[in-house]
Amino acid sequence: MQKKKQTVQNKKYQQYVEKNSPKPDYFRNCIWAFLVGGLISTIGQFIHNQIEKRMGLSHLDATNATILVMIFIGALLTGIGVYDVIGKKAGAGSIVPITGFANSIVSPAMEFKREGFIFGVASKMFILAGPVLVYGITSSVIVGVIYYFIK
Amino acid sequence: MAIKRMGSQTVKLLNPPAIISASSIVGPKEGQGPLASYFDKILQDDMFGEDSWEKAESKMMKEAVRGAVDKVDLKIPDINYLLGGDLLNQLMSTSFAARDLQIPFYGLYGACSTMAEALGLAAMLVDGGFADRCIATTSSHFSSAERQFRFPLELGNQRALTSQWTVTGSGAALVANNNEGPYITHITTGKVIDYGIVDANNMGAAMAPAAADTIGRHFDDTSQLPEDYDLIITGDLGRYGRDIASDLLKTKGYEVVKNFTDCGIEIFDWKKQDTHAGGSGCGCSAVVFCGYLFKQLREMKLNKILLVSTGALFSPTSAQQGESIPCIAHAVTIESKKMN
Repeated sequence: MQKKKQTVQNKKYQQYVEKNSPKPDYFRNCIWAFLVGGLISTIGQFIHNQIEKRMGLSHLDATNATILVMIFIGALLTGIGVYDVIGKKAGAGSIVPITGFANSIVSPAMEFKREGFIFGVASKMFILAGPVLVYGITSSVIVGVIYYFIK
Repeated sequence: MAIKRMGSQTVKLLNPPAIISASSIVGPKEGQGPLASYFDKILQDDMFGEDSWEKAESKMMKEAVRGAVDKVDLKIPDINYLLGGDLLNQLMSTSFAARDLQIPFYGLYGACSTMAEALGLAAMLVDGGFADRCIATTSSHFSSAERQFRFPLELGNQRALTSQWTVTGSGAALVANNNEGPYITHITTGKVIDYGIVDANNMGAAMAPAAADTIGRHFDDTSQLPEDYDLIITGDLGRYGRDIASDLLKTKGYEVVKNFTDCGIEIFDWKKQDTHAGGSGCGCSAVVFCGYLFKQLREMKLNKILLVSTGALFSPTSAQQGESIPCIAHAVTIESKKMN
């Protein structure tokens, strides 16, 4: 009885908090995400085109090379302390592209250097990217198996 | 029968101990805030010449304690007890500071409520005749708290509007039997209150019920009214939490609007400094009290305040297991003159 009464009170309070909490400006955030995400993608496409044209790589090889370049740029911007400033404005616009993935690996690696290279850098490196890798790789295997049978 | 008890959660100190000195030290960002001129020392570099943020935080606390002791021409061995805490696992900063200071030590964990907790316990030790001089101290550091509770600093994420900015700083207050105030007269110990808020980015809302409960209880126990105080100041509710606490107190029949503020609101200029809801952390109420409020009380610009430090007692483990955030608030009444 006591417990049930408590939950009603809690629910009421949570609704009250929900109602009174400030809401982010979703429209402005979406615009920023669209512009920055688009800009990163455009840079990626430009690099892709240049690599394909100048280095004589096939379309797929050029894609892989572009990914490497973009990851390097993301890691570099994280290292010199710029990526978090971009991310603050852009939100998903700078998280979703592969540069954001690089940021999510490099930032904990930098942060935990003081705990040593084994238990710090190496083990903490994937605290944010780990779930993406686990579920990304797992789902790609599942999709691959399904594809094999329905082909 | 405990003769010093009043009501259900409050004690009245019969020989109110004095806060004879206080010292504060803050990081660069706090040093650009509106209270900058009240702090004893502002760091230019938040590493403070150390090689990790945790060690920097510990060094800040050591400096704050030494500063408070030096100001009244005492020596470290003159201190009977050190009561303190911080936010880090196993009280890393405080324990390391206590190791170097070599003062008999009680480590306290009340999250951001620790400053009022330490002040209250120090006052009880002195009033009870168990100690002549006690130090109450806490510290927090933005970077050491972020890495323990949130994300790496260089991660490109967005902070919620209700999130708060952990104060880099440490404050120490020296409590002793003395004739020069301000004096600690009442202590109201809070209960853990949990209204089921899960969002660690909205600690103001999680802590507001605890603050309102302790403040309401304090008025009930002491038969005082909000008007009896020059200032009622919570620890780190932030802008949104302060409004919620004020609403909740209204439902208890206490109108606190004019003289009600929050250390987290005062320490930063949220518009210019991009701190969202305000400051937080153990250091928040410590530096605002030891820097700003203590000087205001000394100069009699404030005569009676209620310092209500608020703490969210969650851990990264409890948050990941989906538990709600238990919160606590401790209140101490500090008066510039002895009323007997």
